[in-house]
Amino acid sequence: MLTQLLSGDFPRSRALTAILIAIFVLLALAPFLFPGTKPLNVAAKICYFIVLVASYDLLLGYTGIVSFAHTMFFGIGGYGVGLALYNWDASWLAVLAGLVVALAVSIVLSLVIGLVSLRVRTIFFAMITLAVASAFAILASQLSSLTGGEDGRSFSVPTLLRPSFRLFEGEVLGVAFTGRIVVYYLVFFLSLALFLTMIRIVNSPFGRVLQAIRENTFRAEAIGYRTVVYRTIANCLGAGMATMAGALMALWLRYIGPDTSLSFAIMIDILLMVVIGGMGTMYGAAIGATIFILAQNYLQSLMGLASKSLEGLPLLPKLLHPDRWLLWLGVLFILSVYFFPTGIVGKLRRK
Amino acid sequence: MTTMPAARSATAAPPAIKRDWLPILLVPALAAAALPLVGSFPGWLTLTVAGLAMGMMIFIMASGLTLVFGLMDVLNFGHGVFISIGAFAVTLIVLPLATLVQADSVLMNVAVLLLCAVVAMVLTGALGWAFERAIVRPVYGQHLKQILVTMGGMIVAEQLIHVLWGADPISVPPPEAFRGSVLIGEAAIERYRILAVAVGLAVFAAMLLVLNRTKIGLLIRAGVENGEMVEALGYRIRRLFVGVFVAGSALAGLGGVMWAFYRQTLTPGMGMEVMVLIFIVIIVGGLGSVGGCFLGSLLVALVANYTGFLAPKVALGSNILLMVLILMWRPQGLYPVAKR
Repeated sequence: MLTQLLSGDFPRSRALTAILIAIFVLLALAPFLFPGTKPLNVAAKICYFIVLVASYDLLLGYTGIVSFAHTMFFGIGGYGVGLALYNWDASWLAVLAGLVVALAVSIVLSLVIGLVSLRVRTIFFAMITLAVASAFAILASQLSSLTGGEDGRSFSVPTLLRPSFRLFEGEVLGVAFTGRIVVYYLVFFLSLALFLTMIRIVNSPFGRVLQAIRENTFRAEAIGYRTVVYRTIANCLGAGMATMAGALMALWLRYIGPDTSLSFAIMIDILLMVVIGGMGTMYGAAIGATIFILAQNYLQSLMGLASKSLEGLPLLPKLLHPDRWLLWLGVLFILSVYFFPTGIVGKLRRK
Repeated sequence: MTTMPAARSATAAPPAIKRDWLPILLVPALAAAALPLVGSFPGWLTLTVAGLAMGMMIFIMASGLTLVFGLMDVLNFGHGVFISIGAFAVTLIVLPLATLVQADSVLMNVAVLLLCAVVAMVLTGALGWAFERAIVRPVYGQHLKQILVTMGGMIVAEQLIHVLWGADPISVPPPEAFRGSVLIGEAAIERYRILAVAVGLAVFAAMLLVLNRTKIGLLIRAGVENGEMVEALGYRIRRLFVGVFVAGSALAGLGGVMWAFYRQTLTPGMGMEVMVLIFIVIIVGGLGSVGGCFLGSLLVALVANYTGFLAPKVALGSNILLMVLILMWRPQGLYPVAKR
């Protein structure tokens, strides 16, 4: 059963297994272990970011494609569901329709980008995706009559998912079972399913070909695989998964705007998560996303303390200013690329 | 194995280099095509000068990047940081020497500008040297890691700008002599744009001179065409590359100075914002080609300005459209470099 679920791709390290189980259990029980708005927000964000980062790892870690358009697909998913709910009534049909349209748009777009630019070199693809994604981000903020511009759109979700909804009377473990918790579990289980699907994909024969392409494109081609086709399919798969993650985000936040989905800062976050967690393993994506988002939310207060305690010294307090947390993760990122390119997962597995 | 042809060609004049005029003609053709669309001549002139000025600034910033790529196959995604640093270096001069900036003397104003340029170029050049050492050198030849690591360098450097200069946007007014506009006929043309065009042309001319008339330029061009052969002839291409990297970073710094006075507001992310345009420019021009980069900059900037005036909604997509069109015509860019 477990073998089938994980597609035979076990963590292969005791420490790693422990960490993964911890993440899983904490996320699964988050509404009851950490009641309150902020912890639940963090937990949900971790869930959909695991999907997003894993789908990026499918491109970067498994296929060796550097794309900067991943937030674009993430945003398409979010805007698809969000705008459908905003413009129509808050029904499940709208969610579904928005998701289908968003998926179609994403896949067509990634297909076009892929066919135009995946034939050429990695660098070319990276630059073109960067250009397209930035144009898309500007487009989304310009078409304000449709997307709400910079302000974005707030919308209501189906009744079952509203905070005021009670699944049943009374409390479970001292927590009222509201619509918020229903959404949380929707996000959690869908994320889990998508994550397991991606593990299935990368451990299939198809996934092996992707890894062969990453290791040596020329040889993969020589063996007889049409590398362009495989790369394009991987690109579309990654885009589709990112779209799903975007849809989950929209359902959770009940809001969609450029800053939460399309901005280049999020693209950089995703890159950091993949590399710090470990490229080329799905578990790396899970660990990277968890660590990064925890750092994003809690490291800052820690740094604030450190900054205060160092007050009076030159420069040091500024370096440790809570807003500079990205500086330290950036340094960690560079060190990861040099010294442990397989990230935390690779480090744990070697021992 | 006949020696005859060799002997004959030695006496004859070298064959004339065939120039490829078509891409060069694109720029005036585009400008001419825009004239009837814009309608009024003064309006067209203003737009064209604005486009040329923007194009020149983009060229200054992009030229180093394309040369570095052509020579060593290194694409520096962190190039934007040099632009930002160059722009922030302006504050080191302009804020303490505010009286000179306000002074009503052209000489003083030019002196301030020159000082800004020199300081920025020295700073970004030195930083480029360090960047090459610490960040780029360990990952030569590995594209994936190169992209990741230069990106990481960019993140860290951008954060460091935050640390050193604070998080608030800083405003830098251009020197007194370059504010406002002059009237040519009925067209109002901002003085600063004329300056930008002049500086851009000067940089381009200097680059052409160095590349075509000096030994170093010869080596750089040879290195772009076939680096291994240059090494086989006994030249250390790595040293050459470091030089080009430093020079390219310094040029980005100069571009940053120009860009800073143009935008008049400094934000740490400003370099990264232009990077998108710069990437489009070097793809359009042909990766590694300086001439292509120059034409690409002008085309991109002119198209952006014309469409910004004619159809503001389409303006943002116009650059992508331009790139697609040119890549359909010449898949390797306007001036493909032989190796690629």
